[in-house]
Amino acid sequence: MIPKKLLNKSRVKSPWLIHFDCGSCNGCDIEVLACLTPLYDVERFGILNVGNPKHADILVVTGTVNHRNQKALKNVYDQMPEPKVVVAIGACGSTGGIFREAYNVVGGVDQVIPVDSYVPGCAPKPERIIDGIVLALEKLAEKGKRVDEGIFERLAGTREAISAR
Amino acid sequence: MKMENVVAIALALFLSPIVGGVVAGIDRKITARLQGRYGPPILQPFYDVMKLIGKESMIVNLWQILCAYVYLVAAILTVVLLALQSDLLLIFFVLAVGGVFLVIGALAAQSPYSQIGAQRELIQMLTYEPLLILVFVSIYLVTGSYKISEILKFQEPLLIPLALMYIVLGYALTIKLRKSPFDISTSHHAHQEIVKGVLTEYSGPYLAIIEIAHWYETVFVLGICALFWHTNVYIMVLLVVLTYLAEIIIDNVCARLTWRWMLGYVWSAGLLLSFANYTWIYVR
Ligand code: SF4
Repeated sequence: MIPKKLLNKSRVKSPWLIHFDCGSCNGCDIEVLACLTPLYDVERFGILNVGNPKHADILVVTGTVNHRNQKALKNVYDQMPEPKVVVAIGACGSTGGIFREAYNVVGGVDQVIPVDSYVPGCAPKPERIIDGIVLALEKLAEKGKRVDEGIFERLAGTREAISAR
Repeated sequence: MKMENVVAIALALFLSPIVGGVVAGIDRKITARLQGRYGPPILQPFYDVMKLIGKESMIVNLWQILCAYVYLVAAILTVVLLALQSDLLLIFFVLAVGGVFLVIGALAAQSPYSQIGAQRELIQMLTYEPLLILVFVSIYLVTGSYKISEILKFQEPLLIPLALMYIVLGYALTIKLRKSPFDISTSHHAHQEIVKGVLTEYSGPYLAIIEIAHWYETVFVLGICALFWHTNVYIMVLLVVLTYLAEIIIDNVCARLTWRWMLGYVWSAGLLLSFANYTWIYVR
């Protein structure tokens, strides 16, 4: 219906992101929210911070994943319609950070869901977070092309759940 | 069908989503400037909707989808009826049907967010509909007709005998456009207490449908405002622009309030203003 080029352009120009605090010390969360303030104003790029995974294109995860909240993380990821990308924020989100060796910690976000862009730092500056999201936008355009061809990337569990329906 | 009717329908169908989208873009830009931000490009609403159309369709159940489509059709119909200069009461009921289907669509999903959103949307409809009827009846009392084509023949601008009713209309339309302090069931802004209310369970293309319906509704709302100064096109445009600007400023200076406050305040203020204006019509 809409020309493919225009569609992909709008995808890049209107990324709505959802912020999921997986087990962060709140350092990274504050930096993510700082991006919305008039100083950085990410709405310039059409970025909206939505509170609903069903409306989101980018999942921004801060903090480590532990055995308890990995289900919640998967659930949020599964509820997002394709095309979607994941950005892991901070040392914790990328690898587990200083909590890596803790008995309850699974590790970085990529242990549970596929991550498209990592933003290292403890805590990363808002400029870096914006950089990470812009990097993820390129991936979003690529994934959008694949979705147009009918290829969806899903977690193993979701694929089974959908085919069982 | 007459040729001019066909043209009116075509204009209503194709021009109003464009106008509505641009108005939404300007709205977001002005809002951002008022908050000391730079804001998205004017065409941002179009990018948003095109992106949503390109997303995977994830649905909760079929009722939800049906309701989204009926909501869109009702919104289009109100604009078309307005363009055809049809009956105000008929337009009112088509508007009500669209609103009800939005509520049913939200109730069809089991999520508590969309359920609460639906209840609140019902309360909002309960608040603005009596006022809207009062406005239409006052137009009838002044011009002697509910038909827009007859109303347009009236010599004097309606704003002069119905100045207070215009404020009442302002209340009703602020609720209809879901602007603060009345964005109780859902909101265009980022985080709110129940996030997206009635729209929580809609995603991808279906959210786009509702957004497009909202553009039509914006045009409809502006069209109703335009009725109040039909004698001169320039003043009419000025009136509409000023009304929408006031709408944006109120949206930005107000916090969202509770439904109890909305019901009490809007009804008491609206009824009082209507009573004063009705008396004025008779005394005149
Ligand atoms: S990376 Fe640092 S600031 Fe961010 S959640 Fe981990 S410990 Fe906190």
